[in-house]
Parts: sequence; C-alpha cells; structure tokens
Amino acid sequence: MDTLIGIINYVVFFAITAGTYGILALGLNIQWGYTGLFNIGIAGFYALGAYAAALVSGPPPSAWDGRIFGGFELPFLAGLLAAAVVCGIVAFLIGIPTLRLRSDYLAIATIGIAETIRLVLKNESWLTNGVWGLQQIPSPFYDPIHGGVKAFLGNHPDLQGWIHGLFSKAYNWFYLFLVLAILFVLYLIVERLVHSPWGRVLKAIREDEDAVAMSGKNTFSFKLQALVLGAMIMGIGGGVYAYYARFISPASFKPLYGTFLVWVMLILGGSGNNRGAILGSFVVWGIWAGTDFLTEYFPFSATQAASLRIIIIGVLLEVILLWRPQGLLQRERKPSKTP
Amino acid sequence: MDILSRIPQLLVYGVISGSILSLGGIGVSLIYSIIGFSNFAYGDMMALGAYIALGLFSLFVSWSIPNTPLGPLSFGFGFILAAIFAIGLTAVAVVLIDRILFNRLRNHSSVILMMSSIGVALALRNILQFFWGPQPHYYIERIQIASVIPGLGIRIKPDQVFIILVTIVLVVLVHAFLKYTKMGKAMRATADNNALARVTGINTNRVIVWTWVIGGALAATAGILAGIENKFITPELGWQMLLSIFAAVVLGGIGNPYGAIVGGMVIGITEEVSTAFIPTGYKPAVAFIIMILMLIVKPTGLLGKRR
Repeated sequence: MDTLIGIINYVVFFAITAGTYGILALGLNIQWGYTGLFNIGIAGFYALGAYAAALVSGPPPSAWDGRIFGGFELPFLAGLLAAAVVCGIVAFLIGIPTLRLRSDYLAIATIGIAETIRLVLKNESWLTNGVWGLQQIPSPFYDPIHGGVKAFLGNHPDLQGWIHGLFSKAYNWFYLFLVLAILFVLYLIVERLVHSPWGRVLKAIREDEDAVAMSGKNTFSFKLQALVLGAMIMGIGGGVYAYYARFISPASFKPLYGTFLVWVMLILGGSGNNRGAILGSFVVWGIWAGTDFLTEYFPFSATQAASLRIIIIGVLLEVILLWRPQGLLQRERKPSKTP
Repeated sequence: MDILSRIPQLLVYGVISGSILSLGGIGVSLIYSIIGFSNFAYGDMMALGAYIALGLFSLFVSWSIPNTPLGPLSFGFGFILAAIFAIGLTAVAVVLIDRILFNRLRNHSSVILMMSSIGVALALRNILQFFWGPQPHYYIERIQIASVIPGLGIRIKPDQVFIILVTIVLVVLVHAFLKYTKMGKAMRATADNNALARVTGINTNRVIVWTWVIGGALAATAGILAGIENKFITPELGWQMLLSIFAAVVLGGIGNPYGAIVGGMVIGITEEVSTAFIPTGYKPAVAFIIMILMLIVKPTGLLGKRR
C-alpha cells in the first residue's frame, strides 16, 4: 500500500512538471512549429518568467536577503501576468534587430539573451538575491488547502495510515489541477489563434516567407508577434514553476538543458501540432525521468549518470531528426476554418 | 587614473583571448559559408580537442616521452606531440560526426542542421564529462612567471607569446590555403555559390569533408590554446567561449573568415578592457551586446558585403 501511495504521489509530481514543460512547448510551438522561428533561449525566458512572478508575489526582502527590491505579495494571476509581460518585452527587444535577418541570427541572439539573463540573475543581487535565489514564493491557496487537510488529519488520528499518506500531499493534487487548467486554457487560445487568419499567415511564413511578403503581408511584424506571444507563454510556464517550487535560484535554470529538453519535446511530439507539443512534453519527461531510474542500476557516479541521461536525450533528438522528423503527431493537414 | 593605467595590460590580454576567438571564429565562419549552418557544437568540438590532447599527453607521460620545457615555455616536446595528434584526431572525429549525422541531414533546411548541432554539442560535452568529470584538469601544474616588457610595464608570459605566434602562423596558413591551393579555391567557390560550383565540376562533397577537417583542426587548436592560457580545461571550456566566438563572427561579417579575425580581436579586447569597468562575470554579455549593436547598425558585419 505504501508503495502504491508513493507511486501515486510520484505520478502527481511527475505530471505537474510535465504539464509545466507542456506550457513551454506550446510557446515554442507558436515560434517554431507555426512560424519557423528558431529560439534556443527558452531557458532564459523560463527563468525570467519565474523571477518576475516570484518578485511580484513573494515577500519583501528579509534582513538576510541581499536584495533590496521586489516582494509585492500580489496574487498568483498578477504574478503570471507580470511574467508574461516581462518575457514579451524582452522577446520584442531581441526580435527587432534579428527577425529581418537569416534564422541563424535569431538563434545566436536568443542563446545570447539566455546567457545574459543567467548572468544578471547571478550577479545583480539587489534584484535577484544572487546565487541564494528567491525564497518563500507563496503557492496559491497553499495555506487553506494544505493547512486544512493537515488540520483534518490531525483531528482524525484514527484514520488508516494510507489515508494519511495519500492526503498529506493533497496540495499537489490541487496544483496539478491548476497546471492542467492553465495548460488547457493556453492550448485553447493557441489553437484558436493558429486557426485564425492570423495563424494562416504564420504558417505561410513558415513555408515560404518571400511569397507571403510578396502578397503584401508585413512578415517582420507577424514574426515579431509570434516571437513575443511564444515568449509570453514561456514566461507563464516559468511563473507556474516558481509558484510550485516556492524557491528559485540561478541553479534551477540550467542554461541549455531546459531549452534542449523543450526542443526535444516539441520535435518528438510533432512541431506544428499543439496536441503533439503537449504529448511530447509528457513522453520526453517520462523518458527523462525513466533514465533517472535506469542509471541507478549501473555503477555510475551521480555526475556520470547525469551526463549519460543528457547523452541519451541528445541521441534521441538525432534519431528523431534522421528517421522521423515529423514527430509522433504530424502537422494538421486540414485547412483552417474560414469565418 | 588607476583604471586607465590597467588598460595597456588588458589590451595585451585581449589580444591573447582574441587570438583564440579568432581561430574559433575562422572555423565557424568556414563551416557557415560552405556547409551553410551555424554550428552550435563548435565550442564542444574545441573542448573535445583539448581533452584528446590531455588524454594523449598523460599517455605519453606514462610512456616516458620527454617533456622538458622548451626554453621559457611551460611545456615541451611531449605536449606538442600530443597536441598535434589531438588536432588530427579531432579533425577525424568531426568528419565522422558529419558522415554519420550532418551529411544525412544536408537536404533538410539549415535550421534542422543547427538543431542537430545542439544535440551534438550536449552529447559531446557530456561524453567528456562522463569520462573526465566536471572538475578542472591541468595540462601542466607549473606556475609560469610573467616577464615584464621594459618601458611599458606590461606583463606577458612566454606561453601567451606562443599562443599569439601559433595564431599568426595558422591564420597565414589558412589564408594561403584558401588563396593558392586548388581545394582552397574550390572552397571559396562553393561558399560563393554552391550550385554554380557544382555545375563547374567541383566535387562539393570533397569540399565539405575538407571544410570539416580544417574546421575541426582549428577547433582543437583553439581548445588546446585556451587550455594553455587558462592553465586548466573543463568540459564547459568551449561552450563558455561559444557566444563570444559567434559574436566575433557576426561582428566581422558572418561567413567571412577574415572578418572573423577582426571580430575575434575586437571582441577579445573589448571583453578584457570591459573588466576594468564592470564585473568580470559579464564578459559574455559584453560580447553579446556588441553583437546586437552591430546587428542594429550594420547586420552584414564589419567586412561583410551582402546578406
């Protein structure tokens, strides 16, 4: 029974993380899957969103903190909004000099902005508390739910042990519901957008930008909009992570791994297909978590096991690119509905 | 005044790191212009070369191949031999990666090649980390005393002079190769117009293999020189320099190897001089900001002629 409860709790935790990655993959799908924009700075937007949300919702600086700013204790949705807005602004600033050029420039610029964001988070202690990170980010409704369940279980010590085991993590169930709800809402919004005339232009740009430009569309503006919108969704993903983790530091956002995993998720799931993006994030997160169990059976050190897992994901990416570039779910072939 | 008095010294450091960035930049630029994509695995190819040299060097030490320091340098024959073999082996490894992977993806768009290079980057770095661990490894654990150039008060180590000299020699060699050999001309023709080059009977497949050989050799050299300059190597060595290398390439005009040299020097010097004014940790951000400014002012770069 205890193992079963352990598994249930693990699955809930697993799904929260996979759902958060699903949000990032949806954001990337707008940029890459529908518009063909090559953003490899996802980890930067993810971190930026998390920090924006944490600074908006977290407590003011304590006596031990190095920072002197932030901590407005605003509600959850305000934090997510701030995360989206900040990421949108940064994407806008990056898009302006690069989106008129070959895709290589956007790639290099996004990797550069991700690195710059990482350096700022690490060095600007007055804002980010440096390597110590931001603590006590309030999870939404944590006190009523967690406190309520805890008080209930405390008042009923006669209940069986497994009930206690199962319900002590009840907050995670709520958060899973919240993550999936946000993911679903974003999915509906993105689906709606990509099937609109606006989305048709994006897909046309992906296929042949020059032809779209010749038919009188301002492709630069459309690309900029797609980049900003995708980055805003990634920022929301960062916020969702911050409220769950309750503690974030520069070490939480490994520069390339975050970016890389999201890319593999989208490519494996099927870029240009929103359901594929979400499916891919669950499958790849499953593989990633699975390799964690797998490496325990081999006599590797912790760093060796970590390296091996990344090598496996790297090989997986190359295998998909070589033999199934369209991913698990292909692009939707159906034409978008005309109003 | 104190800051200003440090600047001549920082300029010298800038030329040293600029040399390494230039070598990397030439490689990235050649691969970009001939094979047609930004190779994000380039930094990790540099690290691969640095680690192969480390492995061979410890092997040579165990075979008691002599390594008495050559003159004022901190290393001797054994290390140079290891470095030369490592440069060759890295070129072979890079060609193998191309045959297994990049060559098969060539008829996809260049973005797919870029993406697969990111997979290669992470895989290579973690293979190095798997075998050698994340901790720094030292080529030679000996502290070298810097000599002071009289009159200027600039301090420079013999190893650093070696780095600059190797760079000059390689730049001249690459230039002569591109300018005067048949393969070099074929490479320039392919870079200029791939389809036209093929029509005129150039074997573009051979050109591609040669590009990887030169790119891989330059990567290994840059990685080993970075190891000599830093005194240690880590699996992150190349990745940490990649952004600066790309900034150098964009600054000089992407796809132009001569621009990469100019860009490498400008980025190297600006990064070092910037440490007099802002925290050292922001070095990669300095390169990034110069690159963005260049993209706003003149996206084709300092020496670029067209998009």
